[in-house]
Amino acid sequence: MNILIKNGRVIDPANGYDGVQDVFIANGKIESLGTEPAGFKAELTIDASDQWIMPGFVDLSASLREPGYEHKATIASESKAAVSAGYTAVCCLPDTTPVLDTPSVAQLILDKAEEAGYAKVLPFGALTMGLEGHTLSEMFALKKAGCVAVSQAPKNNINSQVLRRALQYAKTHDLLVVLKPEDVLIKDRGCVHEGAISSRLGLAGIPVAAETAAIAQLIELVEETGARVHLTGISSAKAVSMLARAQFANIAMTADVHAHQLHLTELDVGTFDANYHVSPPLRSASDRDALLAGVVEGILNVSSGHQPHEAEAKQAPFPSTEPGISSLETVLPLMLKLVDEKLLSLSQLVSSLAHGPSEILGLETGCLSVGAPADICIVKAKETWQIDEKNWLSRGMNTPYLGHQMKGRVTYTLVNGRLVFGK
Amino acid sequence: MSSSKQPASTSFKAPDSSRLQLDEQGGLRHFLTIESLSKDILTEIMDVAESFSSVGHQAVKKVPVLRGKTIVNLFFENSTRTRTTFDLAAKRLSADVINLNIATSATSKGESILDTIRNLEAMHADMFVVRHADSGAAHFIANNVEPHVSVINAGDGSHAHPTQAMLDMFTIRQVKKDFSNLNVAIIGDILHSRVARSQIQALNTLGVKDIRVIAPRTLLPSDIGSLGAHAYGDLRQGLDNVDVIIMLRLQRERMGSALLPSEHEYFECFGLTEEKLAYAKPDVTVMHPGPINRGVEMDAAVADGAHSVILQQVTNGIAVRMAVMTLTLGHSRVAG
Repeated sequence: MNILIKNGRVIDPANGYDGVQDVFIANGKIESLGTEPAGFKAELTIDASDQWIMPGFVDLSASLREPGYEHKATIASESKAAVSAGYTAVCCLPDTTPVLDTPSVAQLILDKAEEAGYAKVLPFGALTMGLEGHTLSEMFALKKAGCVAVSQAPKNNINSQVLRRALQYAKTHDLLVVLKPEDVLIKDRGCVHEGAISSRLGLAGIPVAAETAAIAQLIELVEETGARVHLTGISSAKAVSMLARAQFANIAMTADVHAHQLHLTELDVGTFDANYHVSPPLRSASDRDALLAGVVEGILNVSSGHQPHEAEAKQAPFPSTEPGISSLETVLPLMLKLVDEKLLSLSQLVSSLAHGPSEILGLETGCLSVGAPADICIVKAKETWQIDEKNWLSRGMNTPYLGHQMKGRVTYTLVNGRLVFGK
Repeated sequence: MSSSKQPASTSFKAPDSSRLQLDEQGGLRHFLTIESLSKDILTEIMDVAESFSSVGHQAVKKVPVLRGKTIVNLFFENSTRTRTTFDLAAKRLSADVINLNIATSATSKGESILDTIRNLEAMHADMFVVRHADSGAAHFIANNVEPHVSVINAGDGSHAHPTQAMLDMFTIRQVKKDFSNLNVAIIGDILHSRVARSQIQALNTLGVKDIRVIAPRTLLPSDIGSLGAHAYGDLRQGLDNVDVIIMLRLQRERMGSALLPSEHEYFECFGLTEEKLAYAKPDVTVMHPGPINRGVEMDAAVADGAHSVILQQVTNGIAVRMAVMTLTLGHSRVAG
């Protein structure tokens, strides 16, 4: 289908471009910018006056719950929520049942995503069989089946010997390894940041060292093995400075932070509000500020860390609730809020949500170059909306922002030049 | 971001339980934690407890204050001693008492806490006395009960044990009369202790200026200073010039988890003996919430000695729990 997007402000930091231009789409690709191609006949024209045209966002970390946890969410429900929030591709963690450790599970997920017809779903295969941390998965087979990376997330239950060998083996097949930097033994049964709130509420704390000890070990192993590693869900200031040094030393290590970590702190846990029970934990205000600085400086990309849950998962005393926020739909307004507050530029927003993640995954998307797949979202930056059941598409209502007014909303989303969301 | 509610991203919510546990008149609706309660409320609890102290000495050990009320002791974690004192307190107030030991009941795995609460509410319970292994359990239940039901926290995880703290304050007041010039030291596993957290909050609220905690670093919360207490790793320094020593019970499972090497070494460094008692003031008072591990936390000679008020604490436990039950259910009488 030929699509013309008219009069919108095109924001494409990958090409250093920001300005009003018409976008011409044909055969699923961006055919031309500004000048109408000869013989182009638009079958659909979108008037994007006063709206922003951005490359579709690429999420580096989401749990889509299918197969195995359909009572929480499905690939159809979450990929639909994703496109409504500007995401055109979502990487899914292997924490399904059965675990995504065989090509057949990867195929099932890809089939379900195609059948749903919303965002691209990019599976992360399990790094170890059953995510148990003992035996390497058949990474070559997983790669052939369409896995874009291998991962031990959302847990990091793997000992140093298996980890080192897994990195060597992944390197052999040139596979990206996605890890959640967390020393599970130091974390133990912790459920909040070890600090003021854990001390006062008597909740088991997760020290910053649980994150930094894991990163220190990984930096050494990445340097030695030459594997490419992406860390998902950074939570501390110390981790940001460790990553900055590693990247400066040309160690192949990238990282992301969940968008809500740029806003919330441990104090938001208040008196045991389980909606703020999240992993990694919300840390101090200075950690939050350093994470934002990490995004501004390009050390960190931004992911959703989407963890949809059924209501019952949060209806228990705090330590017995399941961690996680249903976050796909709040990422863009939370990022736009930072732009509004002049803490982040618009091009940094697009880089951290679209171009950066695409580069890490080696995709052609994340930019609005001529010839690139037409994965695009169009945003009305000033539109306000309230988060409630009516305005929410994820099956998980577990968001601390329920009832809040948000500013900035997606009006249209295109995946491979196909309109998958439009208001 | 303009918003109908305070945006979570800019809110600065210090933990505040007052909205949950106080009614509109500022009276007790639930009793979940000492935190956020005023000095007046803590004093009122002790005053009412004082008035109930004589009930135990009467020929008929009962007053008709809560006649017709149904109190459910909801224990998700085993505890004979605490449950017994709550049971006795309720009976002395003429309430009907049901003891439910969920920890050992067959339904403990299958039924959610909310289902249990709904069922008991359907039987017209007026008060839940709750003990649970999770920090925040009493808050969770209080957030989910019907408006006429009161919740008393009988210990939640490592968070709070406010009636224990109040009976300790009541005992200190009986012995020392005034809080303002006291130096108080708490010795033991502060990190995992709901008793210590509630005691530190109560001592602070009642005006104690020097609150010390004495423990190895493995058994201290990371941010003890924010609780308003000073940490000591050395018993001799920590006990210097102290008026009140509160010992905590040491759970034996701490040995297996690399928090402590052995009971022997713990006793050598932090155990209380007659000899070490001499570091404190001559008229020092020694307290312990019980049950005591003799030879681990303290010598028998100290536990049974002249400075010890451990049995007085047990007696006071009943009066204080009567007071808390009366004050919280008093709310529901007013509220109808």
